[in-house]
Amino acid sequence: MSRVPMAPGARTGLEIGAAVIVAAVAAVYLPQVLELFSLINATVWVSMAVLALSLGLVWGFGGILCFGQTAFFGLGGYTYAVASINFGDTTWAVPLALLMPTLLAAALGYLMFYGRISDVYMGVITLTTTLILFKFASSTAGDEWNIGEAPLGGFNGIPATPPLNFPLAPDQQLVPEQIFAVAVLCLVACYAIAKLVLRTRFGRVCVAIKENELRAELLGYDVRLHKLVMFALAGMMAGLAGVLFANCVFVSPTMFSLSYAGQVIIWVLVGGIGTLVGPVIGCVLVQMLTTYAGTLSWIDPNLLLGLVFMAAVVAVPKGLLPTASGLLARLTGRAQL
Amino acid sequence: MDYAAVVALQILSGVATLVIVSLGLAVVFGMMRVINLAHGEFLMLGGYTAVLAYGRGVNLWIALLILPPVVVGIVGVVVERLLIRRLYGRMVDTMLATWGLSLALIGGVTMLFGNSVTGVSAPLGSFIIGRFHVSVYDLFLMLAAVVLSVAVWAVLKFTPAGLLARGTMQNAEMASALGVAPDRVYAVTFAAGAALSGLAGGLIAPISGVVPTMGTAYIAKAFITVITGGAAMLTGTLTASGLLGTVLTSFTFLTTPVFGEVALLIVAIVLLRLLPRGITGRFLRRAL
Repeated sequence: MSRVPMAPGARTGLEIGAAVIVAAVAAVYLPQVLELFSLINATVWVSMAVLALSLGLVWGFGGILCFGQTAFFGLGGYTYAVASINFGDTTWAVPLALLMPTLLAAALGYLMFYGRISDVYMGVITLTTTLILFKFASSTAGDEWNIGEAPLGGFNGIPATPPLNFPLAPDQQLVPEQIFAVAVLCLVACYAIAKLVLRTRFGRVCVAIKENELRAELLGYDVRLHKLVMFALAGMMAGLAGVLFANCVFVSPTMFSLSYAGQVIIWVLVGGIGTLVGPVIGCVLVQMLTTYAGTLSWIDPNLLLGLVFMAAVVAVPKGLLPTASGLLARLTGRAQL
Repeated sequence: MDYAAVVALQILSGVATLVIVSLGLAVVFGMMRVINLAHGEFLMLGGYTAVLAYGRGVNLWIALLILPPVVVGIVGVVVERLLIRRLYGRMVDTMLATWGLSLALIGGVTMLFGNSVTGVSAPLGSFIIGRFHVSVYDLFLMLAAVVLSVAVWAVLKFTPAGLLARGTMQNAEMASALGVAPDRVYAVTFAAGAALSGLAGGLIAPISGVVPTMGTAYIAKAFITVITGGAAMLTGTLTASGLLGTVLTSFTFLTTPVFGEVALLIVAIVLLRLLPRGITGRFLRRAL
């Protein structure tokens, strides 16, 4: 291998290319080998990975401590379910389901960033938002809570969430194999968008703000606006994750719940803050662990998650990926990745 | 007229509940700048202590008021020693670690005691205003909120321990130079905060029912109250409880409990947009 450093543009292109190849292989190969149940499970994981990626972006590169990324995730899912039931077609439900979380993120972001609330308070406020949505969604049982033809269904959610159909063809619904492919495509698209955004002037200013907010502001950048846009973008990605999740499970208030909100944080933390691949890896690893824990009767999954969470904070505060690549760099004597 | 009296009483008891569930958090956050996301689970442990002790035939008042703070205070010491201590000064990491603790406690208690609701029925009976029955326990909670606030204030203001605690929080190095062991002060303060949370759990056990996830119902409200209160922890918590408790209970009356909480959140967020440092960041700044 040559030791000449690669141009940043080439490197971004290479990384995106690698992600596309991995995803294409997964999208074609996995549906052939997995049983239907495992495939649907894999789709759930991919949707979760999109959620993890969105938090990895806003936390790791925007420096915005969002404990309630699930608020946008759940809102995306609910909007998709309600809109597609009412329209009888998912073509316009998807953009709407991306728009709503973006608007919520923008409104919340306006109040937080323009109020110049510190990051710790931001964590609490976003967390509270998702908890309130959880309570609200849980209390919507009964006929007075129908939006058009869609019953919100209280704690049971909307079991009849329709799967995606081909654009403008409501009777041609996607089969699980296709939904899996769509989900993988979305994950790669989000990764590529995040990578590209971080290459732009806007993205680099966001990283500068994360590193030193005061300095960035003194240099003349509008810190509040940059944070707002970053937050809204991540909110939209989380909404997309919600749409995908709604397609393989169905929407219910648990999408807003404390344990989901906590899990997203754990994924990003375990995988590595400040990377984009790390959160995805963290997501898959922790999901494997919780799935395994679910088969054990003697330990509660929450207990296990909590222990992993604490251990991650105390023992590997940087996350697995940066720690591993740091180790690798030291072993091979090369500059850090 | 009767109705107005009952509504007023409900608002007061809403405010009192908010003060009670926020006070432990206010001590830990206001003094140590430690954001304890396991605060709700400390309440839950307090509630479980009360219910389990009462079920084993312990006198009701001992079960509600004495045992919970003792048990949760001890839990607080253990948590401080094992977890919080490693993370002082790393505010975000503390938040994350206590969140992990919160999940672990929910999981652990679910494993031990199952996921069903237990509880104690509210003691002291009720009295009648016109057509309405009002629980005497609500009045007791108001009294408890007042007594607890005065007690915290008096301890901080008039006792040597309170002075040491305030001094250490203001300047740990100087305190250390003057012969105080800051880590011991931190440990005691955290334990005191935990004990207050435990007591709160015992106090609300009769009105809320006890489940492993009961903490999540209070954590959001407690945090919002403490943050809205701002820097002066006691005054801030009291004023914010007064304001937000009124909003919460009024909207609960007008609509549903869920909209009460939504209204509380919205008011708090808008308020923080206007007063980013909380109420006491602008008013009553020199208060305790």
